[in-house]
Amino acid sequence: MTKQKSSSTHFWQGNEACAEGAIIAGCKFFAGYPITPASEVAEHLALELPKHGGTVIQMEDEIASLGAVIGASWAGAKAMTATSGPGFSLMQESIGYAFMTETPCVIVNIQRAGPSTGQATKCGQGDVMQARWGTHGDYASIVLSPNSVQEMFELTIRAFNLAEEYRTPVVLLADEIVAHMRENITTPHSDEIAIVNRKKPKPEDDAFFGVKEIPPMPVVGEGFNVSVTGSTHNEYGYRFTADPKVHQTLVKRLVGKVTNNRDKIADFECHSIDSCEVGVVSYGCTSRALYELIDLGEKERTKIGFIRLKTLWPFPETIIQKMAQTAETIFVPELNLRQIFYEVKRAVEGAATVVPINRIGGGEMITPEEIKTEIKRGMKRVH
Amino acid sequence: MSKRVEVRISGLGGQGVVLAGQILGRAAAHDGKYVVQTQSYGAEARGSAAKSEVIISDEKIGFPKVRKYDILVAMSQSALNNYMRDLKKNGILLADEDTVKEVPSVKARVLRVPATRISESEFKSKIFANVVMLGALTKKVEVVSEEAMKRAIIESVSLETKKENIKAFTEGMRLHEQET
Repeated sequence: MTKQKSSSTHFWQGNEACAEGAIIAGCKFFAGYPITPASEVAEHLALELPKHGGTVIQMEDEIASLGAVIGASWAGAKAMTATSGPGFSLMQESIGYAFMTETPCVIVNIQRAGPSTGQATKCGQGDVMQARWGTHGDYASIVLSPNSVQEMFELTIRAFNLAEEYRTPVVLLADEIVAHMRENITTPHSDEIAIVNRKKPKPEDDAFFGVKEIPPMPVVGEGFNVSVTGSTHNEYGYRFTADPKVHQTLVKRLVGKVTNNRDKIADFECHSIDSCEVGVVSYGCTSRALYELIDLGEKERTKIGFIRLKTLWPFPETIIQKMAQTAETIFVPELNLRQIFYEVKRAVEGAATVVPINRIGGGEMITPEEIKTEIKRGMKRVH
Repeated sequence: MSKRVEVRISGLGGQGVVLAGQILGRAAAHDGKYVVQTQSYGAEARGSAAKSEVIISDEKIGFPKVRKYDILVAMSQSALNNYMRDLKKNGILLADEDTVKEVPSVKARVLRVPATRISESEFKSKIFANVVMLGALTKKVEVVSEEAMKRAIIESVSLETKKENIKAFTEGMRLHEQET
């Protein structure tokens, strides 16, 4: 998509919208390895990105793909890869490296049914905890969860903006349904889209890994004699692999720049949470059922409220706690065997009964009718 | 056309049922409707069960999958057997006459379309059967406009097969007098 002078409407596939969002965000480098259900991101970028001065490379595997993305980012380019569960598993080591070296990049994971190769063409939401804890060591991840083709576009742009702002890898955790479905989407006037670019150092700067919460990032080849290492390093990039203080200062700052900004990063959509008796928390494709629950509430004279998570990590626990102030029961539908459920339970600290609704495999979604049935059953239990 | 129409196009991988759904969805978007199109297919390139679903509405669409549909297109016997039960009462079934031999007696309006046969006789290939079917659907059901469908076909198929696809669509549209 070239620069637009006015808003326009399209009928796009989710993966296509993701690729278009990346171009608008200023992505200039894509490296990836084909995998269902993420390949269309690479296919679309291979056609379009070169027209915008960008490069697309098919690497030998996913390990090399994220390696190339990290290198491109240090060469000054906004860079992205796209994969699914098996590839995301292979990338975990480099995600830790990107976090430790504060390398802005975007990793798109279109979830399918796992573990392992699982069901390649079928939807799943089983990578939620992997996106949070997949690499080793203490770290904090930023993970976004789109639920429409519109958001595949918008949240891809936001993923790039957050990566640049916080100098950290960002995961767009979508799913097969949202990625493969086609919907109407409106793209705004180019001037109405905010684009964030990383801070570059001034000539006198020499601390690229500390002092400031988010230090400036030099481009390799533009001077500054920058040393980049995944080993523990001080604010100037020198390795200190035995000193506890250097390690604490570094890792606490890296985690802190995400957790201290939780309220700015965490985003969600709410409906009637101030006065609800029943709450529902969901995300991604499963959350599309939430919009059909409202009329049930009116019919049954039950006040139903919902929270739809647009950011999974950092987890927006404050809003969940607010829901638990009035809701007696909170239902958590998701296409896995309980993942966000435990986060909701942890956040409410016993203030509400949290009930999981789960399904896996075959690409079958949890329907609004099934959630309604669970809610009715749950109401009987309470009264 | 009512405010919301749900369509399932079903058959086997390789018959183009996913593409048919995409074309129908794109056409409805051209007509200014809200549309969600989803699909389900197997890991194999050909032969496994495949379906494509389209919801067309005047209002924004929440849940993207069809549950009870107004229109079922069946391009294979197994698809018909599996999906017939969720067709709404007084819904419409479009079944390929050649690949679907047995149609149970139902309250739905049944349209038998010789899509595969027409594709074979016109183009010496089965691959245009999906677009012949779309022609029949457009004429019989009036879910989307003819102009929007033609535009959507041209946008969705390769340059080399544009002419054949438009011809296949036109042939499908001409079938309207053969209702059973």
